[in-house]
Amino acid sequence: MTDTPVPHEVPADQVAEGPPIQLPPSISDVEPVLSVRTPIRLEYDFIPSAAAQQYLRAYASKRILGNRSPVDGAVFVPPRGVDPRNGVVADEMVDLVDTGHVGSFCITHLPIPGRKDLPVPYVSAWIHLDGADIGFLGLVAGCAAADVRIGMRVRAVWKPDAELGATAENVLHWEPTGQPDVPIDEAGNRAWALKQSAAGGGEDA
Amino acid sequence: MGGERTAVLGVGQTHYRSTRGDVSMAGLVREAAMRALEDAGLGWSDIDAVVIGKAPDFFEGLMMPELYLADALGCVGKPILRVHTAGSVGGSTALVAASLIQGRIHRRVLTLGFEKQSESNATWALSLPQPFSVSINAGAGGYFSPIIRQYMARSGAPELVGCMVAFKDRQHALSNPYAHLRQHDLTFDQVVEAPMLWDPIRFSETCPSSDGACAMVLGDEAAGDASPGKVAWVHGTAMRSEANNFPGRDEVNPQASRDCAVDLFRQAGITDPRREIDVVEMYVPFSWFEPIWLESLGFAERDRGWRMVEEGATRLDGGDLPVNCSGGVLSSNPIGASGMIRFAEAALQVRGMAGEHQVDGARVALGHAYGGGAQYFAMWVVGADKP
Repeated sequence: MTDTPVPHEVPADQVAEGPPIQLPPSISDVEPVLSVRTPIRLEYDFIPSAAAQQYLRAYASKRILGNRSPVDGAVFVPPRGVDPRNGVVADEMVDLVDTGHVGSFCITHLPIPGRKDLPVPYVSAWIHLDGADIGFLGLVAGCAAADVRIGMRVRAVWKPDAELGATAENVLHWEPTGQPDVPIDEAGNRAWALKQSAAGGGEDA
Repeated sequence: MGGERTAVLGVGQTHYRSTRGDVSMAGLVREAAMRALEDAGLGWSDIDAVVIGKAPDFFEGLMMPELYLADALGCVGKPILRVHTAGSVGGSTALVAASLIQGRIHRRVLTLGFEKQSESNATWALSLPQPFSVSINAGAGGYFSPIIRQYMARSGAPELVGCMVAFKDRQHALSNPYAHLRQHDLTFDQVVEAPMLWDPIRFSETCPSSDGACAMVLGDEAAGDASPGKVAWVHGTAMRSEANNFPGRDEVNPQASRDCAVDLFRQAGITDPRREIDVVEMYVPFSWFEPIWLESLGFAERDRGWRMVEEGATRLDGGDLPVNCSGGVLSSNPIGASGMIRFAEAALQVRGMAGEHQVDGARVALGHAYGGGAQYFAMWVVGADKP
């Protein structure tokens, strides 16, 4: 097998030389362009799955849906129509309440470009709804960022009815309910492990 | 670990910088590859195949760059294979290359990871609007901040442990001529006083955005024996992954991470990692992941990893388990190369070739990488002696 020719190992006198390039006088003394930065844009249509369509449409009437696993009863939100842990269809829809707790959170001081609606600092949190067994991302407001805690109980603040659409953005943010916190050892995903051990221990417990 | 004994014959790195405007992607990968070949005392014709990895293509917006890089990597007419495992890709790319030797498919393989972050914006590439959820996550720091907050809450770690890790790694970087961040005048107070970006993560506790490439030449036992220089021998290789959100998931200490370490140490015959491993290159893009992974890998008891940081156990200067002597991801982060740099630096340590950041007498080293939502893991143990 022969080696690939290496450009900078080719002797200079062997480099083919064409006729010299003549630049027009108007640009003959400008700095050569080595790189160009230019905005690019890509838009696409999203066609939701059957489970996602039900989920997004339910939002229009201020309902949050989840899927219950036929294997161990775990409730997934958003619903995907499957229990990916067990590779089975999970098409039982469950109506969830719009209250829950903060599993953990980030106080973001880095502004997202173009998001004037999101002044920094803001709190992004894992929201664990009562009756659901995984969390999802939500904005926490209605209190100082420094007062947000792991385990803090929250409820949804919805857009005015006239502005509701088939989108998770119907929930403007999550605000504290003022009820006692969920103990830190039971917050977030730990709730599922506790539930499993209380039930006598599942496969994963 | 079964199959053919595998050796690291050569290592090559580029200088890591925020912008390597002097080279194209092809020039960047070629620079690392040529240094690795030179270190191994080999030429392009000695290489049977190339295994290459980088972070997702949408970072730079160049689809399947491996196709156009085949020329620059001297592998026209030879097999080239691309690996995709997010931030862990540099590690898993090396492991795929190793598997081609272990399986006796090839005798010498060039493996390489790279990123040209100056041609991309990874933070906002990782913050794309998604139809299911609200768009409020600001980059990788926004994702990992809640995990770090959970770790701090459950371990009771003092608030400044993360700053200690960041300061240590930036000090280590001063001994690495390839490192991106070389902050000679940095003080601990400056680390502490830096602004919060993703509270509890300060600006000073995050990795930089770097251009760079790292390459290794791997060979079979005969190639290792014939190598003119000192080689590193692979003692164990392991990869694991898990979903990033499921009921009962332990985000702080993922099952996949623990399983990966158990498998790795079983292969390498290691029963007491803290005592038997001399030096660790670990994937720590945000400072708190040092104590988090120290626990997950079994170097410390659960909720006690931060004590090793506080006691200085992970310092190059006087620690019994130096971690990230190269300065780590906190000092250089060409994402697709960052995992391979960990693996390559581990090899350099056991070859005694780590220069100013060499750990005296290092015989056994761990290279570690993670990616995605702390869900993809790739690890290897390399040693000065044949396994």
